[in-house]
Amino acid sequence: MTSNAAGFAGWARQLGAIRLPNDPRIAQMAMLGTILAAGAYLYDFALDPRQTVLTFAAALLTQAITDRINGREAINYRSALITALSIALLLRADSLWVHPAAAVVAIGSKSLLRLRGKHLFNPSCCGVIVALLAMPGVWVSPGQWGNGIAIAGWIAVAGTMAVSRAARGDLSSAFMLFYGGAMLARVLWLGQRLAVFAHRMASGSLLLFAFFMISDPRTSPDDWRGRLVHSAIVAGLAFVLGAHFYANNPLLWALFLAAPAVPLWDTIFKAPQFEWKVKGESDVSEIQTSLVCDDCDKSLRRIAPADSGARLLRLLRRQGGGHAPQQNLEGRVGSP
Amino acid sequence: MVHHDDKTVISIMSDYQGDLSQFAMVVPVPTVLQRGQIHIGDPGVVKHLDDYSAPRLVEYDDPNPCQMFYPGAEAGMRMSRMAAPALAERKSANALGVKIEAQYTVGEYDIVILSARQSDGLETWLNENGYRIPSGASAALAPYIRDGMKFFVARVNLKEQAKTGLDYLRPIQFAFESPKFMLPIRLGMVNAAGPQDLVIYLLTENGRVETTNYRTIEMPTGIDVPQFVRDDFSKTYSAIFDRQVKLNDLRGIFTEYVWNMNWCDPCAAPPLSHEELKQLGVFWLDEQNPPPGWGGAPRPMYRPQMFIAATAGVVLTRLHVRYTAATFPEDLFFQETGDSNNFQVRYVLHRPWDGSPQACAAAATYFQELDQRRATEARNLADLTGWDIADIDRRMGLNPSKPSPAWWQNLWH
Repeated sequence: MTSNAAGFAGWARQLGAIRLPNDPRIAQMAMLGTILAAGAYLYDFALDPRQTVLTFAAALLTQAITDRINGREAINYRSALITALSIALLLRADSLWVHPAAAVVAIGSKSLLRLRGKHLFNPSCCGVIVALLAMPGVWVSPGQWGNGIAIAGWIAVAGTMAVSRAARGDLSSAFMLFYGGAMLARVLWLGQRLAVFAHRMASGSLLLFAFFMISDPRTSPDDWRGRLVHSAIVAGLAFVLGAHFYANNPLLWALFLAAPAVPLWDTIFKAPQFEWKVKGESDVSEIQTSLVCDDCDKSLRRIAPADSGARLLRLLRRQGGGHAPQQNLEGRVGSP
Repeated sequence: MVHHDDKTVISIMSDYQGDLSQFAMVVPVPTVLQRGQIHIGDPGVVKHLDDYSAPRLVEYDDPNPCQMFYPGAEAGMRMSRMAAPALAERKSANALGVKIEAQYTVGEYDIVILSARQSDGLETWLNENGYRIPSGASAALAPYIRDGMKFFVARVNLKEQAKTGLDYLRPIQFAFESPKFMLPIRLGMVNAAGPQDLVIYLLTENGRVETTNYRTIEMPTGIDVPQFVRDDFSKTYSAIFDRQVKLNDLRGIFTEYVWNMNWCDPCAAPPLSHEELKQLGVFWLDEQNPPPGWGGAPRPMYRPQMFIAATAGVVLTRLHVRYTAATFPEDLFFQETGDSNNFQVRYVLHRPWDGSPQACAAAATYFQELDQRRATEARNLADLTGWDIADIDRRMGLNPSKPSPAWWQNLWH
């Protein structure tokens, strides 16, 4: 299995270098869309196609309205689509109105719950948690993907591509390392077989969370040190909620609870804020970073796109002045 | 298994067939159980629960469509016992790091609640007390000990058993409070030669139950099958289940039934009464306050295919799993979802019209369509069971399905 995992990571790196459309969100949408379609078709998700359609409609409509209210010229439909895809992947309900309602909450939270120029919660995480708390007939099926090593591998590959382009690979890797480490320690302490650890790490839901939710660049800390702290807190909370309190959906709750501390990490560890901005029609696009700290290196403003993720990371690392952990982690993403 | 607000009642019904003096059962439990937390259940109620939720056939031209046969539930965790000596001295138990927290005789069972510090000490204690523990039990016991769990160990008290006058064992029930909504299955694998089957009936207040650490899969349902299936539905359903298990690589747990206990349609058996549910451990039903509109004691109303009883707020989920040590490395962890949709496994029979194709013009068309429908039924059954389509055709009295000519065979001729 180790060689499998190394193989997947190798592929993932190569695939990550393939030139995809300028905006990493396009790739992310394509991957989430494929995962959703595969899940609905092969794994027979308890998901009504009408729920999916309503989720998309509600997300786009809410985005259009909030963008208009906030005076933006163009509608940020890409973010709305990603949020809608995530909600359709995660949320299950026995009625039609819950999905669109959760989508409205998710997109609305981006405008309403803001601090220091960033929205506080990952929109889909917020939508799902509010639905779980306040709406009837709602659940999340963490077991829906099963624990097949093949599907886990594919999600890891897709996820690695997505996070490497969105420049948050370090967050996913660090989270998997902390969470996996805690799991491994518990399995060893209890004297369980290593198969138990492998089974947990191959959970499709865990990998989706690690690569497509916690890694959201708009709601994660801007500096790599902040991301390290954030990933440790989310992993620790999720572990305690799951292993000690036997809570359902510990990953989602941990991210939701840890999110309000992100502005604190951004205050302590200053770095330019991430913006999804793609300019120009040429295949050389730019990801602009708007500077929120005075002492940040102005050279960060313009970053070439082909391996923009990796370069941004390199720059961030240099600027942070510390030794980044993700260099060592890259090969281990998602490998139990 | 009944779960509500961190409170759990587990009833274990074993279909143990061998010498009763050899029977023993070891179940990890989160807390030390008091005498009042242990109870002997009524096997009739468990049988009723099984009948009510079993996969069923419906036949549309028949007013009494339901038939069901299904082998009873077996909850594992059984270990065979060589003899029945008296319990070991407490002193010896202490030396092994095993503490006898409590011991009771309940019905035909002698029950000991143990806690242990070391798995090998526990293994030795069980061995010294006449439980033949398969090698490897120690490794399976260790994680439960580390996790602070106690062990519920039951064996048959032959004297008490003789008093019951029964030749089978009644279900043993215990109630405890813990946030863990799980079922330990690891010990059941220790001495298992091959895959083991387990049918789990879960009673909750609001929604369907699913596993959080394995995939929960709905069995195929609502499919038209040939009429001969009625002759041996039990064998057919076994084949359908075998095939689903194989298609999913022995990974995953299958949902066979989810229904609000108010009613059923069609009914394989009438819904359980208030009293029966209470016996199974459903503790949140308040007899003093029946649900509004029902006015008093449950009085099932019978319609040809439908029962309505006054039991609001109980949902039954029936899960069926075939597990091996390799594909189920962990115990089963559950969650009660918000899903209030009903689900049942049912296969549909159509009894053909008993007339002649010459009777009228429409009859000829009917028989043509009937041939097509029966061919479809044969294919459905072949898909469901993996049986040979030629055999199915023969049993249906159809001409054996010939493979249709390849597209090019009629191209130039």
